[in-house]
Amino acid sequence: MDITDFYDTFFEEAEELLADMERHLLELDVEEPDAEQLNAIFRAAHSIKGGAGTFGFDVLQKTTHLFENLLDHTRKGELTLRRDIVDTFLETKDMLHDQLDAYRNDEAPDQEAFERICQTLQQLALEEIGQELEGAGDTPGAAGAAAPKPEPIPEPAPEPEPAAGEAATGSTRLTVSLLGVGDKDRGLLVEELEQLGEIQAQEGDAACYRVTLTTSAAAEDIEAVMCFIVEPEQLKIEPVGEATTGAAAAAEPARAPQDAEPEAPPAPAEAPKPATEAPKPTAEAPEPADKPKARKAKKAKAGGGESTSIRVSVEKVDQIINLVGELIITQSMLDQTVSELDNVNHSGLHNGMNLLQRNARDLQEAVMSVRMIPMDFVFSRFPRVVRETAGKLGKEIELVTEGAATELDKSLTERIIDPLTHLVRNSLDHGIEAPDVREAAGKPRTGRLTLSAQHQGGNILIEVSDDGGGLNREKILAKARESELNVSDSMSDDEVWQLIFAPGFSTAQEVSDVSGRGVGMDVVKRNIQGMGGNVQIMSKPGEGTTIRIVLPLTLAILDGMSIKVGEEVFILPLSAVLESLQPSKEDLYAMAGDDVVLKVRDEYLPVVPVHEALDVTGARTELDETIAVIVQGEGRRYALLVDELVGQQQVVVKNLETNYRKVPGVSAATILGDGSVALILDITDLHRLNRSKKEARRGQRAAAPTTLTRKEVEPS
Amino acid sequence: MTTPTTEAALAATEDQNREFLVFSLGDEEYAIDILKVQEIRGYENVTRIANAPEFIKGVTNLRGVIVPIVDLRIKFHLDKVEYGGQTVVIVLNVGERIVGIVVDGVSDVMTLTPEQIKPAPEFGVTLSSDYLSGLGSLEDRMLVLVDIDKLLTSQEMALVDSVGE
Repeated sequence: MDITDFYDTFFEEAEELLADMERHLLELDVEEPDAEQLNAIFRAAHSIKGGAGTFGFDVLQKTTHLFENLLDHTRKGELTLRRDIVDTFLETKDMLHDQLDAYRNDEAPDQEAFERICQTLQQLALEEIGQELEGAGDTPGAAGAAAPKPEPIPEPAPEPEPAAGEAATGSTRLTVSLLGVGDKDRGLLVEELEQLGEIQAQEGDAACYRVTLTTSAAAEDIEAVMCFIVEPEQLKIEPVGEATTGAAAAAEPARAPQDAEPEAPPAPAEAPKPATEAPKPTAEAPEPADKPKARKAKKAKAGGGESTSIRVSVEKVDQIINLVGELIITQSMLDQTVSELDNVNHSGLHNGMNLLQRNARDLQEAVMSVRMIPMDFVFSRFPRVVRETAGKLGKEIELVTEGAATELDKSLTERIIDPLTHLVRNSLDHGIEAPDVREAAGKPRTGRLTLSAQHQGGNILIEVSDDGGGLNREKILAKARESELNVSDSMSDDEVWQLIFAPGFSTAQEVSDVSGRGVGMDVVKRNIQGMGGNVQIMSKPGEGTTIRIVLPLTLAILDGMSIKVGEEVFILPLSAVLESLQPSKEDLYAMAGDDVVLKVRDEYLPVVPVHEALDVTGARTELDETIAVIVQGEGRRYALLVDELVGQQQVVVKNLETNYRKVPGVSAATILGDGSVALILDITDLHRLNRSKKEARRGQRAAAPTTLTRKEVEPS
Repeated sequence: MTTPTTEAALAATEDQNREFLVFSLGDEEYAIDILKVQEIRGYENVTRIANAPEFIKGVTNLRGVIVPIVDLRIKFHLDKVEYGGQTVVIVLNVGERIVGIVVDGVSDVMTLTPEQIKPAPEFGVTLSSDYLSGLGSLEDRMLVLVDIDKLLTSQEMALVDSVGE
């Protein structure tokens, strides 16, 4: 196996670490930084450095090294955080990301950028803590030395005389004091130290346990390793007397390759272990019983999330989902056949079928959940966007996210990020006013931007709302005229708002860094339409704007209720069904000619006969022979008239638009147990469809074509 | 026995020859590029779609994929539209979509040389010549070569969401 086989794992892990780092950096309270968070940031940098060193990504290793040192000072409280320092850190993180990408694409990282960031970090260190960063000496050129794989057995393990070992490797003798460390952790720490060098002596109690160590590793490296287990305050590392004499000159070049050793991932680090272990029974003495446990604990830590998650390509998951879908259909087919057999003679078969059904459903649910990820995945990147954009624009903005737990298909979450980022930037730039303007308008200085997600029927609604000035109708119209778009003053607000999606449209007074070039909104709309969704805008002058993205769940299973009308079977999303009942003649009231309302417990609900909306022939037309299913869609309640309720079942949602087009009143399709296709009804759209059909009919009767336009202004 | 030169010449003409699947609608014979054809199956289990043009029969389940079915006989205004055991659906790959078309029968696969393909005359209201790639003449038979890609993605077929909708 080649070392390059591990590259991908490293890249993915590093990416996650960087994401973690960014999250912590953003959450960091500059006034009172949380020690735990600083540690987390430090650890992330440290882990990346280790990996980069092992794989020979010099530039990355170098940068993280500097960064890590700086973070270390921060962690120790020697460097006081400020907002701009956090910004520099964020910038460094971006740089690391760029370098990572470069390595991933087999390119050389941008040398200029690398030097610049090194300089920035050095500068920061000089200004803030008045000292150069350690490791600054071995800048680019020397870093190469750290790259090669560590020698299999770097320690002169069986050497009885420590002095000889020291001279050969250029080691230093250090005293590591563990302050207030419990027995168990101490065992772990001693074991760690054993790997870093040779333990010469150890003594003390829980309050202060001293270990004298001959090692080639630098003090800060030892500390870094230790900090996986204990707090930095619990450690004190000081050299014993002077650094090894005589070997100083030889020590420097030798140090570099050794440097990589402590950070190397478990595999190479573990290798020398048996060798060092054997001849040193004293070191093991403390708690031999604790050993296997300690070792396991360390492994779990070093391996990161390896034991709890695996990475699988999306195609593989999709394949499983499709296969499970087919399995469910086959199972339903079997079920139908078996249900025709008599129960007495075939009870075993029936029981087996029941079991199979349950297992198949569980399997399906489990598989589907693999592909769904919470919106948090998308929302979590916005604090950064908002922070930076607000900073650039000089605005004060509070970001609120709602419904971050709402789950969405992974492919959609990935594709929604760009359009959403654009909308957020737009809201920040055009929507929310400058603090002074806000104050003058009697609003709090701090603007509020809300990102929310929720499921509604077969859709997910993602909203970006701000409490800014709202859209300016006049301005948009004026601008539209300027751009020679076809507009008129009598256009409805909705139509006017949609103008901002026209290509090349921007009402910003000036082109800013953030937005206003007029490219974007049209791209946003196109992208969202590409996903089968649409964009709605709601705006009130002075109160703000809400941009709502409605996305269909292209891949999902649905709890459905199957109904029959005439000979046709349809599926209603169970989430939209409130109840069903048999209406009696007394509860049905005719209204305005052909409209009918149904009285359900003191509430009058409009009635939508499915056979009318969808032109089903052979349906029951006597109102009191039908069954009324009370449904709710987008806040509206109404009664659907159907012939028969067939049953409840989970169905695999199949997109109609893949090979066909959008069908009014229908959100998607599914495949039933007998292999035939059933349409899944769109509760909201069905109501609209029924109304427009009714109006069309009425229009035909009255020969008045004006009725068609009423459909447009109906609130959605 | 063929000499290398004639073989090369044969290959060259073969390059230009195109294979067509011939199907019948009533008494007329139509042909489509065989490379567009995915499979041929019987007409069964089609779920009607409300508020769609009459010639869109509905959708069917093709091994887990929902495929719309278009009846070309209705589209071309044939007098007799019957569904029976002989009714055939040709499943086509058009662009990135899969569409089934209902025809009266599939007769054979033909290879036409460029000389056998004549340009289509300007005619027809039902079938605009935009959707024809020519007429194939084969002794006493005439095949109407349909540009099925163009036909099925055209606005009037209403199979595809029109732009801006």
